[in-house]
Amino acid sequence: MTTETKPEIDIDRSIGDFRYEMDYAFDAGVGLNEATIDYISDVKGDPDWVRAFRKEGYRKFLEKPMPTHWATKDLENIVFENIRYYLAQGQQAKRSWDDVPDDIKETFERLGIPEQERKFLAGVEAQFDSEAAYSNIKAAVGEQGVIFVGSTDGLKEHPEIFKKWFGKVIPSGDNKFSALNSAVFSGGSFIYVPPGVKVKHPLQAYFRINAQNFGQFERTLIIADEGAEVTYMEGCTAPKFETATLHSAVVELVAMKGAKIQYITVQNWSSNVFNLVTKRGLAHEDAEVKWIDCNIGSRLTMKYPGVVMKGKGARGEVVSIALAGDGQHQDTGAKMIHAADNTTSNIISKSISLGTGRATYRGMVHVPKHLKGCKNNTECDALLINSHSRTDTYPAISVRGQGNAVQHEASVSQISAEQIFYMQQRGLSEAAAMSLAVNGFVNDLVQQFPMEYSVELKRLIDMEMEGSVG
Amino acid sequence: MTLSTLHTSPSRNREIAPSSDSITNTPPDFSGGTWPEWFLREQQKAWETFLTIPQPRRNDEPWRFANLRATDLSEFSEAGSVHDGDALIARSKGFTDFAAKLVFANEQLIHREAAQLPSGVLLQPLEQAAREHEGLFKKNFMSTEVRLGSKKFASLHRARLRTGAFLHVPKDVVIERPIEIWHWVEGEDVAIFPHTLVVLEQGASAIVIDRFVSSRDERSLAVAVNDLTLGEGSRLSYVGVQEWSDKATAFHLNTTEVARHGNSTALQLNFGGSYIRGESDSHLLGEGSRSVMLSINPATGNREIDQRTFQDHFAPRATSDLLYHNALADSSRTIFAGLIKVEKEAHETDAYQKVRNLMLSDEAEANSMPGLEILADNVRCTHGATSGELNEDELFYMLARGIPPEQAAQLIVRGFFGTVLERLGHPVLEEHLGALLDRKLDL
Repeated sequence: MTTETKPEIDIDRSIGDFRYEMDYAFDAGVGLNEATIDYISDVKGDPDWVRAFRKEGYRKFLEKPMPTHWATKDLENIVFENIRYYLAQGQQAKRSWDDVPDDIKETFERLGIPEQERKFLAGVEAQFDSEAAYSNIKAAVGEQGVIFVGSTDGLKEHPEIFKKWFGKVIPSGDNKFSALNSAVFSGGSFIYVPPGVKVKHPLQAYFRINAQNFGQFERTLIIADEGAEVTYMEGCTAPKFETATLHSAVVELVAMKGAKIQYITVQNWSSNVFNLVTKRGLAHEDAEVKWIDCNIGSRLTMKYPGVVMKGKGARGEVVSIALAGDGQHQDTGAKMIHAADNTTSNIISKSISLGTGRATYRGMVHVPKHLKGCKNNTECDALLINSHSRTDTYPAISVRGQGNAVQHEASVSQISAEQIFYMQQRGLSEAAAMSLAVNGFVNDLVQQFPMEYSVELKRLIDMEMEGSVG
Repeated sequence: MTLSTLHTSPSRNREIAPSSDSITNTPPDFSGGTWPEWFLREQQKAWETFLTIPQPRRNDEPWRFANLRATDLSEFSEAGSVHDGDALIARSKGFTDFAAKLVFANEQLIHREAAQLPSGVLLQPLEQAAREHEGLFKKNFMSTEVRLGSKKFASLHRARLRTGAFLHVPKDVVIERPIEIWHWVEGEDVAIFPHTLVVLEQGASAIVIDRFVSSRDERSLAVAVNDLTLGEGSRLSYVGVQEWSDKATAFHLNTTEVARHGNSTALQLNFGGSYIRGESDSHLLGEGSRSVMLSINPATGNREIDQRTFQDHFAPRATSDLLYHNALADSSRTIFAGLIKVEKEAHETDAYQKVRNLMLSDEAEANSMPGLEILADNVRCTHGATSGELNEDELFYMLARGIPPEQAAQLIVRGFFGTVLERLGHPVLEEHLGALLDRKLDL
């Protein structure tokens, strides 16, 4: 039986489609050259080593070719000369909500950070454009010795911890966009959790882009010391602009012996954003790094969270949901590098393509020579809603030697006509039935998100599915 | 059965080429011979194309993980005549009950037996087909683009090709017994360019076995091409048995085109070679067409088996099913890169792809890149790739019954390959190839 669906795709992005006039106190202008980098370093008062790091990143950015031999040609539409690389409020990160300017507060209200939510959120690091405009760390977290600051403050105030790991998990020359980020990074978070400290509440940051043609290059470094545990949540929405915006973050996680880091992302940039992100975690002995990643927005997202399992018994996990609507390309995946015995990794990826949307999974699993007891499990499931939708799967799996077990499985399917018919029989509209079916498809993964995120996710999926069925 | 042995004269009289006469630097001789003028002009063009296309580079996606040094073919030169053709004919023993047999040695047809062929079937050297059946030849000879990376080497093949096998089975003719085509190579550092072109008309049926063998333990190159064209409702079983010497480099480029309700089953067995590059490109052109792609790869020594496959669905309700089994011993390497593509119109596609790597050594390396590109909806596509080791329980069971460890391992490997053979769905072929496998695995 054929699923006859000829949906009209009309994604309602109005929820993120608002904008306030900002007085950009610091603006590096358009385009990138060495003077731009000096300007950023001057404004931010960078130490010399950071300035040198930026220059090195810039050199590598120029050197590195666009990865279009494997990636989409859409990357060629990025005009680097038309992008603003630095823009900030020129404000210090605020400690209390009262100090935050009213117009920024208004933006956050519309973003839907409810007042009462703050009560049980351990800390809110709200990133407004590239500078942290607001930061509130609950006393309890501070007392435990947890450092939760903007990356700019982190490198100034805690150089001894910061420098040790900064740029170590993801070298600036890792790829063209990590090099670009290294050259112009601003904003992002720095978190250090001392040995044995288990942060009960997730730490959270909201990111927003709020200027035309303005690239956001945040840089996040999270270190969980021996036996520590922390969950970090990153969610973003961006207002709609006339021309494409570039977002290119670098996120480095370091889990020391026995530590656990969970990094949760809900990405909902507007559909003109290029979201080219490098995320990688380093897991030492018995440590665990888990990426929970949900991509709903953007024009093109290229993001392959990775885990390097460096110590014995380390564990890496990527749970990924991608929703590619009309005109969107979600090019996501995972990288698992096994570098010690008895390391295990798990990748679960589910994608939904609707309208002319395209979802791509790219994976890399690497088990080098002379390792024993390594295990990887990869599952990719794709759901195609319309006849113009597209889905691709491109895994690359290298295994050397015996004594390891690696398995990869992928499937592509539709919502069955029978399912829809069944639900319609019971009085649901076709759209509601589709929405329910899609939610059912991703349900087991959505449940892995913290409660408030899973509620938001379900709402976002419903919104995306609205009007997707004619 | 009448046995007619014919020693055809070489298509062009050439001395054995000196080693400096590299196949990549010295243009082939485009004059005279038994090919028609128009084909020689095509060869000239193909040579120019070969020269224009750059060597594979490290960042070329179709060559990811591949050992690129093996693609430098400048040390190989043209093959001359073989030392003792009769001896090779005597060694060309495969099926006892065959419909026809051709034996090529260093690109000369040295033997042809075709007594059991139904009338109307054409089984002849390619150059004869080009002369006598120009339309048919042009329509089917390397008519599709080489898409899996080896365009340069396919051009070299076209430019340097001297002969090959042409099989044409007319409408509704069924050949029940297999047709065996032997391709021998002899000489140190020589290159040959074997070619098998199979055209099945509507409702026709055939079994074709290509045997690729080295006469001696020598370093050689083969750039082999086969084009399989299946008409409406036709049925083809194709088997490529590759037994080049362990020092050989070989490219095996296969294209299969299947029309409406056509049914193709192709199996590649790789027993030899130092570097083996296989490209299998299946075009499911007609509604309800079917292509089964199988491969059995016992990899030993330093062998690298580099296989790229494409299951391209152009029409609705077609099925493709790929199963590749690799057993990796010693320092061997395998690369599998497969793509299932479901084009916009190909609704209700069923496509499967599975590669399994059995790791038998700590020095072995298996790379798998199973890919999917789905542009249509209402499809069922799955792929899977696994890498694992010998099953401890199975091993223990056999050891407990007094089977020595090495033999127990070989038995498990044999079983692992047996599941692929079963997919042929052809008991006679299965038995014949199973016996060959037993011999290769010393069972």
